Formats: sequence, C-alpha cells, structure tokens
Amino acid sequence: MTTKLFGEPVRRREDARLITGRGRYLDDIGAGALAAAFVRSPHAHARIVDVDVDAALDVEGLVAIYTYEDLTGPLAEPLPVLIPHPQLTAPRTGYPLANGEVNHVGEPVVMVVATDRYVAEDAAERIAVTYEELPAVVGVDAAREARACVHEEIPDNVAARHHQETGDVEPALAASPHTLSFTQYVERSAGMPLEGKGVHARWDADDRSLRVHTSTQASTSVRAAIAAKLQLPLDQVEVVAPDVGGGFGVKIVHPWPEELLVPMAAIALGREVKWTEDRREHFVSSAHERQQRQEINVGFDDDGRITALDVHVWHDHGAYTPYGIIVPIITATQLVGPYVIPVYRVVVESVYTNTVIVTPYRGAGRPQGCFAMERTMDRIADVLGLDRAVVRERNLIQPSQFPYDHHLTFQDGRPVVYDSGDYPALLEKLKVLVGWDGIDALRDDAEARGRLLGVGMALYVEGTGPGPYEGGHVQVLGSGKVLVSTGLTTQGQGHETSFAQIVASELGVPIEDVEVTTGDTRRFPYAVGTFASRAAVMSGNAIALAARGVRDKALRIAADVLEADPGDLEIADGVVQVRGTPGASIPLRTVAVLSNPLRYAFDEAAKQATQFAVQASNDRPPVTPGDAPGLEHRDYYSPIRSTFASGAHAAVVEIDPATWEIDVVNYAVVHDCGNVVNPMIVEGQVLGGVAQGVGGALYERMAYDADGQLQNASFMDFLMPYASEVPDVVIDHQQTPSPLNPLGIKGAGEAGVIPGSAALASAIEDAVGRRITSMPISPTELYDLMRSETAERTAASGRRTGVGA
Amino acid sequence: MKPAPFRYADPRSVPEALEVLAAEEGAKVLAGGQSLLPLLSMRLAAPATLVDLNRVPGLDAVEVTADGVRVGALVRHAGLLAHDGAARVQPLLARATANVAHPAIRNRGTTVGSIAHADPSGEMTSVLALTGGSVSVAEPSGERAVGWQDLFVGPLETSLPSVAVVTSAYFPALPPRSGTAFAEVARRRGDYAVCGAGVVVTLDEDRRVAAVRASYVSVGLTPEVHDLTDAVAGAPVEKADWAAAGALARTLVDPDGDLHASADYRRLLVGVLTERTLIEAAAEAAGGFQ
Repeated sequence: MTTKLFGEPVRRREDARLITGRGRYLDDIGAGALAAAFVRSPHAHARIVDVDVDAALDVEGLVAIYTYEDLTGPLAEPLPVLIPHPQLTAPRTGYPLANGEVNHVGEPVVMVVATDRYVAEDAAERIAVTYEELPAVVGVDAAREARACVHEEIPDNVAARHHQETGDVEPALAASPHTLSFTQYVERSAGMPLEGKGVHARWDADDRSLRVHTSTQASTSVRAAIAAKLQLPLDQVEVVAPDVGGGFGVKIVHPWPEELLVPMAAIALGREVKWTEDRREHFVSSAHERQQRQEINVGFDDDGRITALDVHVWHDHGAYTPYGIIVPIITATQLVGPYVIPVYRVVVESVYTNTVIVTPYRGAGRPQGCFAMERTMDRIADVLGLDRAVVRERNLIQPSQFPYDHHLTFQDGRPVVYDSGDYPALLEKLKVLVGWDGIDALRDDAEARGRLLGVGMALYVEGTGPGPYEGGHVQVLGSGKVLVSTGLTTQGQGHETSFAQIVASELGVPIEDVEVTTGDTRRFPYAVGTFASRAAVMSGNAIALAARGVRDKALRIAADVLEADPGDLEIADGVVQVRGTPGASIPLRTVAVLSNPLRYAFDEAAKQATQFAVQASNDRPPVTPGDAPGLEHRDYYSPIRSTFASGAHAAVVEIDPATWEIDVVNYAVVHDCGNVVNPMIVEGQVLGGVAQGVGGALYERMAYDADGQLQNASFMDFLMPYASEVPDVVIDHQQTPSPLNPLGIKGAGEAGVIPGSAALASAIEDAVGRRITSMPISPTELYDLMRSETAERTAASGRRTGVGA
Repeated sequence: MKPAPFRYADPRSVPEALEVLAAEEGAKVLAGGQSLLPLLSMRLAAPATLVDLNRVPGLDAVEVTADGVRVGALVRHAGLLAHDGAARVQPLLARATANVAHPAIRNRGTTVGSIAHADPSGEMTSVLALTGGSVSVAEPSGERAVGWQDLFVGPLETSLPSVAVVTSAYFPALPPRSGTAFAEVARRRGDYAVCGAGVVVTLDEDRRVAAVRASYVSVGLTPEVHDLTDAVAGAPVEKADWAAAGALARTLVDPDGDLHASADYRRLLVGVLTERTLIEAAAEAAGGFQ
C-alpha cells in the first residue's frame, strides 16, 4: 500500500468499530458505578425558599444527596467565565448547584447519588423544593424591553455590548445613492449530539488520584478546571475523553456542573460515580444557540455595490455567559463574508434571558452573520432589479486582494485578515452546479406541475483553526507501530484516519502501523480543544511537524548505520533506504530499536540495541548530548492567526401552493478548505453540516413559552430532520491552500451549516414572492405569511408575471 | 428517563390478565409498548403494575372474512400492513398503516394497542371510525363488542373500565362500488400527522356519487366521521365537485392549534387532503365498474 496518503479518500478506520457497537462511550464505562441524578428547576426564574429531602431519605439504595450547602471552597463559587472580554461588562455564571436562585428551567438544584439511575430518579422525585417564582424574561425582544430582569443587578439585561467599526458609517450611509433598513430574526436551535453529556469519576484513595472520563471537547481544560475547583494537584488528575457521540460545540463548554460534582461525590464517597445525561436533561440543561434580532442599514450604489453597512444585533445569551461573547464576536466579524465592505459598523448587544445558556453550536454565530449579509444582498438585488448572483459578484473580494484585511478583531483576539481564497471562482462554480442561469425553465416546469419553484444562494467565509496552539507526539516503537497522540478530542470527525494519513505521508509508513490517540491527558497533557473547525489545522499541522521531527531523527540514526549521508536517505513503506541503492536499507522499526541504547534485552529486537551488540563509537556517549533515547518527537503548531475557508451554497425549493409544504429539490455546495487531507471526510463534514443547516432553516426551533417552559423538549416535538428530510447534496471542491500553515489546510468542520438558512430563505422568497424576515419557517408559518395583509411582496415577484402578484 | 418502580405480570391467558387487572389497582396493559414505554420513561405515567399481554396465546391473528377484518390484540402494525387478504377486504387498513410512524415502531407497535390508547393523532383510531368498526372487550363478566362511537371519550381516554382487555378490533369490509384513499401531511416523514385524511366514496349503480365519508387524524379530540355526501350527492363520478366536498369538510371540523400547525392551517389541510383523497377514492370506485 502506498504511504502517500495525504489527499486520498481513505475510508474511516474507526467506523467498523463504531458502527458495530464496539465503541466505548461514556455510558459504557463504569458498569458498577453509583449513579447520579439531578433535581432541576421546573421554573424559569425563581428564588429557592426551601429544599426538603426528608421524603427521599428512606428510598432504598440512596447513597447521598448534595445541595449548594454541601459545596465548599472554590466549588461554592460561581462557575468560571471561561473567556473574559473587556466588553463583557456584566458576566454572570451559575453555581454547580443553584445558590438560592434559579435562572432557567433545568438548572441543577440537588444532586442525588444512588446505587443505580432508577433509584437515583426515585429519590430525586421525592425531594421537595419550594420556590418563589420571579418574572421570567423570554426571548430577545423581552430582554431588550427589560420590563423584568434576569439578574437583579443588571436591570437592562445587557451582558455585553460588542462594538467594532471600520470607519465613520453614518456619513457614508448618508452619502450612499441608495439605502435600505430592515429587521430580521433567527431562532434558537441546538447541536443535539446523539450522545448527551456524561461524566464518570474514580478516586483512588491510596495514591490520592482521580481519573475522570467525560464526554467533552476539551479534556485538558476540564482537567485543569477539576484540579482548580476541587483543589487537587494537577498531576493527580487524569481526564479522558472516550469515544464521544457528537459534540457540535455543546461539549466545548466546561466545566459543566456535573464535571465537578461527579468527581466531588466520587472522592467523598470513595466509590465510582457516573452521570449520563438523558435527552430531556440535554434539552433543558445543556446549551442552545442562534436567536438574534438583526437591525440592518445598508448603503449601496446603482450597480449594487455596498458603500456602507451598519448592523445592530440583539443576541439572546440565555441565563449566563460562561463562554464569554465568542458567538457575538463571530457574528460581528464573520458577517462581512467574502465581500468588500468599505465602511462597516456592528454592535452586538448580548442580553440575558431566563432560558438555557447560549454557547457555540456548529457555526457559532456565523449562520446568523451569513443570514444578515446574504439577505442584504438579496434585498439590494430586489430593489435594483438585478440578478442576485450579479450583485454578489460585484461586491466580492478579488483574488488579487489577498491577504485581505477587514480591519476587524476576530474571536482569537487577532485581526480578521483573509489569508487566501478565490471567491469569484466559487460563485461561478456554484452557478454551474445548480444551473442558476437555467432556473426560469425549471420554474416554468414546476408551475406546469402546480408547484412554485425558487432558487437561492448564500456565500460565506469562515475563520477556522484559531490558536493558541495544539501539539502532537509521534513515536515509532521497536515493533514498527507508530503511536500518535494529540491532546484535542475527537467526537466523530475521523481523526483516527485523517491524522494517521498525515503521519503515514510525512513519515513514509503504512497507515496500518499508525495508531492515533486523542483527548487523553495521560498521553498528551497540553491542548486547547476541538472547536472552531480547528482540529485538522491545529493538531494536523502539529502532528505533521512531530512526524517530521521523527523522520529527521530516523534518518540521522539510519545514516550512521548505513554509513550514508542523511540527505541521500528516504523512507517508504516503513523502510529507510539509500536512494537508488537497493539493499542499502534498514527497517524503521530497527531504527527505533537502535534509538534507545539498552543494557537489558528482553526480546530479539531489543538485543540489537544492547551494549555488546552495537558497534558504537567510543568517542561519544551512547546518547549524544542534546539527543534523547527513543524514536519520538513532540512538536506544537501555533498559528499567527486564523485561516479563512470559504464556500457557496445554493438551494432549489418547490412549494406546494395548497399545503405550503416546502421541498428542497436540489442543494449545491462549492467548498474551499485549502489542501484536503481526506476528501471523503471533508464531504462527510459538509453533508452533516448541510443536514443541520436544513434542520435550522426548516424544522428546528426551541419553542419556549412566555413562562420560559420549553414546549418541545423531546425528539418527538423538536424536529431534528431525519435522513428523509435532508436533500441530496451535490458538492464541488476548490482548493486555495492556506499560506499560514505547513500543510496549507483550512478547517472544514462547521462550513456546511453556515449558509443553510440564508440560502433557503432566499429560495423560498424567490418561490413565493413574499419577503422572508425570520427563520426557521414551517408550512404553517408560510401559510400565515401568504395570507398576511402586511407581508411585503418582493419586487422580483411583481416583475415576474403570475407568481405572487 | 427511567421508569418509576412497577410490578410486572405476564399472564398466559386473557382471564388471567383480567385477574391481575382486578387485583392490582392502577394496573396497565402492555402490548407493543410504543406509546406506553416512553410515557413510563419520562415518568408521565407510573402504573403500579404492567400486565404484559405478549405471552397470551391466540391474540396475534388477522382473521379475514367477506364481511370484514378482525385484528388480534398482538398483531403488529407491520403484520397488518403486509396482510394482503386484509387489504383486499378493507384497503384502508394497509393504506393507513403505511403512515404509522417508521418500520421500527411498526414492528413493535400493535394496531389494537394504538386504538386502545385512543390518541386522536393515531391513524388507526380514525380508520376504526371511518369503517364503522368496533373492538371486542374482555371483562370479568364476559366478552362484548364496543362500537367506535361508544369507545372514544377524549384524547387518550376510552369508555372502557380499568378491568378490561381489548382482545381485537373489527373493521367491516369496504362496501360495494366504493373506493378509499388515505393521505397525511407530517412535518417529517413518519411523524404524527399534522393532519391526515381517510375517505370512502360509494357510488350508486349509475356511477353517481351515493355516499362520501371522511375521517381525520390530529383533528379534534376524538375520531369523528364526517358525511360529505351533500356536496356531491348524485353527481356522476367524473363530474363531481370534489373541491366542494373539501370546502364542506373545512366547515365541519374544529381543529386545535399546536407547535406544528395552527388551527387555521389544519383546517386548510382538511380541505386540501379531502379533495385530493376523494379524487383518488372516486377513481378507485369508478374503476371497479370496468
């Protein structure tokens, strides 16, 4: 088998294990562990008057009950504000267990530990918590009106006012030949990984060490948080992310209350304790995202070129701000997309509401930014009577303009400077792929079948691979096995395959010999985490650098043995050989053995490295000064700034004008993430993203009522699309390598989800001729829109006969 | 999401099941479990005892005669769906069952259980009503038939006493010169319908419309059968104004709104689905003449 695997569609090596039930997820661990269950707030906003546990005490199998009163030291303090920011002027976080007040339905109040989960739930059910209800603030508009407040000391409900501007927007708007002002909304959804969160902790009282398994996207940081909050020395805490059944952002938040409380109980009880989140808990006590109100003012010229853009966003942040204002910053800075915006001002007001916290969900503020920008493009086209693709084309950043500086500050605190891209080519490819110029024929054909057809498009640029760093460790064993580890975690991305491809290519070994470990602090203690489409960029490059280090050392040792110049050596199929001299070779595994001078032999391979077997020079020590035993190398990649991927989506919808059902009949994607490690994995990422994009546009919504009760906290009523709802997707690729990292790659994890709502809103609007100002949209809402006296008719529908006139 | 403690009984006969039901207050019958088990897991229901019928012999038969189809209490949706004989005598059975959830649920869930559950968003309650069917109920005093009109009292509520087991459901055969159709609009394929419609069109011997009946899913608190004959009575089948029947249906129903559909939208769908299914059913009825 060839060892040049970078760029090949290698089948995912982990899939056979995962799809035949041999994965090891959190709930597969600790079969005999005690189980934790939680009493959670049934109210959106209330004071806790009393917690009466008496009725639970005689439940057979009950082991312990914890309330806020049982928390000590740092654990009794609020949970950390993970990412402080100067504009986050009023940060608030909850406590691991509620301290006198609850701010959303689902907030944990009491933890019960029992012999199993059934018993724990029996006991939890008997605990009586008395609440004094407070007025609930639900939805971005209510938060803004501030007739009630979530946190007493923050009467306007504003956590942060994030503000960036690139010039003086008001005069630029005033001087613009045309202006438009409008308001639009995006609703709440959530990542909904198929595996919820979960924590298992085991305390070894003899050596006072704690091992925690948690379904997380950031095991190293969970480890630091546990050590800090439980006041344990870092070296006595191990945190392992086992197989993780999806993350989509919700598991980057940490420490979740349970990640502290379960270890706390394990230590206190001297027993293994496990908590496995159930679906209902996940709905009301994990994290959501996406609700925003967007007020947009745009200036443009007769050709549709934007002259100024002023955006004011009201961002529903939920009850707390543990993850800082990352999502608002991303909306603010990624909104500009692939376009030249001469003068831009953006303000994002993050407001508190009595709902589940808002933290990044795949896309992390970008879908909303894309919705703002792309719907602006559609409106400009509509006003001027121009083709929507033409207006976009005229505003695109040109290939000659890279690196392109937007003069904004990104989520990593670094400038938004696009490193590379070819946006006009993306748009051109998209038009061909979806048949943009032939859409009128399709429209006529659909009309003949009694259906309304529309097409829409949306473009995006996605900052990926933010720092600060990731590391990689590569070690060749005497058996020829190549062990690779990196600290960031895996939650289904196929890292066992893609990272192995990188090592196989860099080192010249068969991929079958490469074993990848991620997210285990025992193997690699320094890491940041898996989020922001960064794993391939960050760990991929770090692992490549580590593999190159191993390769250099292997060539050095082999050169000694083969009495050749290292520059004349090559490694292929796990063998080092003198280029062009057959027979002058040494297996890499032998090099690994020789790299570790031995006194003791315990197998045949080891004998080769013992002191009487090696023909070593007597003039230098067995381990050269500055060198180290072993054929291994650890390296880190720390980027100067994020690298910017890009893409363009188009959707064709058909609508039944009798039932207003919306059918996505074609969905086209052109995707550019620089050099591609594994195109099959990238396509999978794009398809999964599109599925979530379609879900967010047409099906999913967190339906809170005015009292802050989530009305659809189950998969029966929260309409995550089935495979049958996800359209077939045609994908075309473009590769503009990143000049910023050694492998030239950009992130691909989130891209697929970003333009879904924008493209589908545009397509539906095109089909029905009514302005779509709020997403998601369902058939019943579309019916309301079509009957509404006040719904705005698009100019395009007026120009076209028959439709919507 | 773990059920509260319950006692479990697995009787080997219907009388034995009745004994357990009589002896244990708050006992609940378990057949396919596709509605009951999620309710237990979410602790929305916490019966003291579950009486599992699955080991009772003789309840898993589909009996077909020229007059109708009797479906035993343990017949799974999938079994009924695949039963050609049943489909011939009463085509609505297969047509509606095909809309019940997904294959995994159809493989476990039972037709009779779904009727006894009396969920107005279930397909089979509506079909029982539309076909003029009944259920056979075993009680300590003996077996009796309960017509659909007397069975459904409200959402998830029947007139049956707590010590009773529904042993079968009976669906009368499709009358001569008749056609049927069944259609649904659901948010996702296999979901509970936002609105479903089943119709029966019966012609007279001159191919004129003699009778039109419709019943809906997720419309109203209990299944209802609406007679739409007035809109099209006496019209030659090819010329009948099915849109008028749809319009009439809209005036007869009283749907509620929920997260997935407003009452108005449901009413719209009643009209659209009525018209569409009637066209199909009429074509089938007319086809019977050739």
